[in-house]
Amino acid sequence: MSKHAVETQGLSKDFGTGDSVVRVLRGVDFEARHGEMTLLVGPSGCGKTTLISVIAGLLDKTGGAMAVLGTDTAALSSSEAVLFRRRNLGFVFQQYNLLPSLTAAENAAVPLLAAGMSRKAAVAKSSELLERLGMGPRLNALPNTLSGGQQQRVAIARALIHGPKLVVCDEPTAALDHESGHSVMKLLRETAVGPDRAVIVVTHDSRVFEFGDRIAHMDDGQITHVDTKGN
Amino acid sequence: MNFVAWKMLTGDKAKYLGLIFAIAFSTFLMSHQASIFCGLMNRTRSQILDVRDASIWVMDPKTQYLDEVKSLPDQDLYRVRGTEAVEWAVPLFKGLARTRVHRDGSFRGTILMGVDDVSLVGGPQDMALGKLDALLQPDSIILDRVGYKFFFPGEPLELGKQVEINDHLLTVAGICNSSAPFVNLPVAYARYSIAIKLVGSERNLMSFIVAQPRKGLSADDAARRISAATGLRAETASDFGWRTIWYYIQNTGIPINFGITVLIALIVGTVVAGQTFYLFTLENLKQFGALKAIGVTNMRITGMILMQAAIVGSIGYCIGIAMTAAFFEATKNNLDLRGFYMLPEIMKGVAVTVAGIAFLASVVSVRKVVVLEPAVVFRG
Repeated sequence: MSKHAVETQGLSKDFGTGDSVVRVLRGVDFEARHGEMTLLVGPSGCGKTTLISVIAGLLDKTGGAMAVLGTDTAALSSSEAVLFRRRNLGFVFQQYNLLPSLTAAENAAVPLLAAGMSRKAAVAKSSELLERLGMGPRLNALPNTLSGGQQQRVAIARALIHGPKLVVCDEPTAALDHESGHSVMKLLRETAVGPDRAVIVVTHDSRVFEFGDRIAHMDDGQITHVDTKGN
Repeated sequence: MNFVAWKMLTGDKAKYLGLIFAIAFSTFLMSHQASIFCGLMNRTRSQILDVRDASIWVMDPKTQYLDEVKSLPDQDLYRVRGTEAVEWAVPLFKGLARTRVHRDGSFRGTILMGVDDVSLVGGPQDMALGKLDALLQPDSIILDRVGYKFFFPGEPLELGKQVEINDHLLTVAGICNSSAPFVNLPVAYARYSIAIKLVGSERNLMSFIVAQPRKGLSADDAARRISAATGLRAETASDFGWRTIWYYIQNTGIPINFGITVLIALIVGTVVAGQTFYLFTLENLKQFGALKAIGVTNMRITGMILMQAAIVGSIGYCIGIAMTAAFFEATKNNLDLRGFYMLPEIMKGVAVTVAGIAFLASVVSVRKVVVLEPAVVFRG
C-alpha cells in the first residue's frame, strides 16, 4: 500500500452514533500518484471534502485502510499527526483562509514560522517564492487589498513554502472567475506537481478538468470511476 | 508564532483598543477606589500617626477608637508613671473646639490637641513655619496649614495672627503640616493646660496618656504591663491605629460602598474583556482552524491566545495604573486631598487581579479553539 502518494482501500467515515449515524464514506478505494495532479469530482454532499479531510488527517477514519506518503496516518498519535501534517502536507482552501492582519509575504511564511524558523528568514523565503508566483509587487499587501486570484496565489505559496510531498486543495477555483481560476490551476500544475510530489484537487469546476492527470469521480460516498489523461 | 499572535491581535484595531480600554478602565477603577479607601482609612488614625515621640497610648478600657474617648482622671497619669515598664508618661488631650477669626467672624470646628506642657510630647513634628517650642509662649497655638488656609485665605504663611477659641484669644505661634484627619478639619496644637481651659467643662479632661517604654522593653510588652498594673487599656500606637481603622471598617458603610465599586470594576472589566476577546477569537476561528490544519499544535495556539491576553492585560494595566498615578500626582498639592496615594500593595493586588481577568477572558477562547476541528477549514 505504499507505492503511491495516497492509497485507500475500503475507507469509511461515519458521523454520529446509533440511530443517527450518517455514513459519508462507504468503502472508498482511491489513489493519488506521485508526479500527478488528481482531481476529485462529484456532486455536492457526495463526500469529497470528507475524503480529503480524512486523507489529510483532519478527521479520523471509521474503517478501511489508508496510507499517506507510505505512512499509516491513522496509527499516528495526535501530536505525531500534527507533526506529519506540518512536514508533509500543504493546503489550499476555497476561501483562502489567509490571516487578515498579515501581509502576503507573512501569510505565505506561516508554515515556516510554525516549524520554528525565524521571522526574518521565513519572510525572506516566502517573498522569494511569491516573486516566482508573480506576486512580487504585492509582497507587503494585506489580504483585503488583494484580488481573489492574488489571494489564492498567496495561499498556494503558503501551501508550497515548506516543500510538502502532498498538496490538498479544496475547490481552489470556486471563488474565482474563469481567467483567474485557469491561472491558479496552471500555477498549481507548474509548481506543486513534481516527481516526488502529488496534488489532490477537489473541484466542481469542469473548466479546470484539463489540468488533471487523473479524475476520480465520486458519488454517494464511493469512487464510481477514474478517468486518466488520454482516456 | 508569537509574531503571528501579535499581528492577529493588533490587526483589528477596534477590538484591540476595546480590550485595552476595558482592562485599563477596570484597572483604574480598582486601583483608584482601593487607594482612596486605604487613604480614607489611614486618615482615621492621623492623630495617632502624628504623635511620633511616644509609642504607647493608654486610655479608658472601653475606648473603641480614637475619636470617641472617655476622659481619664488625673491620678491615672500617676498610676501609669508608677508602672515599672514605663520610662515616662505624659497627658494628651484630644477634643473638638470651634475656632473663629475676629476679622470676618468665620469659624470652623477644629481638632484641638493638648500636648504636655513641659516636654511638648505629642506636638507636631513637621513644621511649615516656626518651631514647636513656640507653644511655650503664653496663649499660643500651632495651627496646621489647612486651618491657616481656611482662616486666612490667600494670605502667605505668617506667624502672629490671632484666632479665638471659646472666648480665648490665641496667637498663631507656628504653622505645621498635619496628616489629614478623617473629616478634613483643621488641627490646632496647644499646651495641655491651655487646651483643657479652652474646651473644659467635664470633670475629667485627660483624653489619653502617651508613654514611652523603659529601655530594653518593647512597646508591646510595656503596654501589656501597663494594662495589668492599672486596668487601663494600653496599646502600641500601631495597634491603636489599626483598631481605629477596624472600627470604621466594621461600623460604617465605607468599605461596602468602596467594595461594591471595586467589585463592579472587576465584573465589568472581566465581562467586557472576556466578551471582546471571545468575539475576537470567534471571528478568527477559521484562521485558527487553518493554523491547526497547517500543523500548529493546540499547545502553541493556546500559547498564542494566552500571549495575546497577556499583552492586552499588561498594556491595559499599565495605562490604568498610569491614570491612577496621574490622578494622585495631579492632586498631591491639594491640602484637602492629602493622605491619598497609591500603595505598592494596591498596585501588586490589582496586577494579580488583572492577570486573573486576562486569564479568565482567554480561557473561554482557548477552549473554543482547542476543541475546534481543523476540518472546519474545508467547509466553505
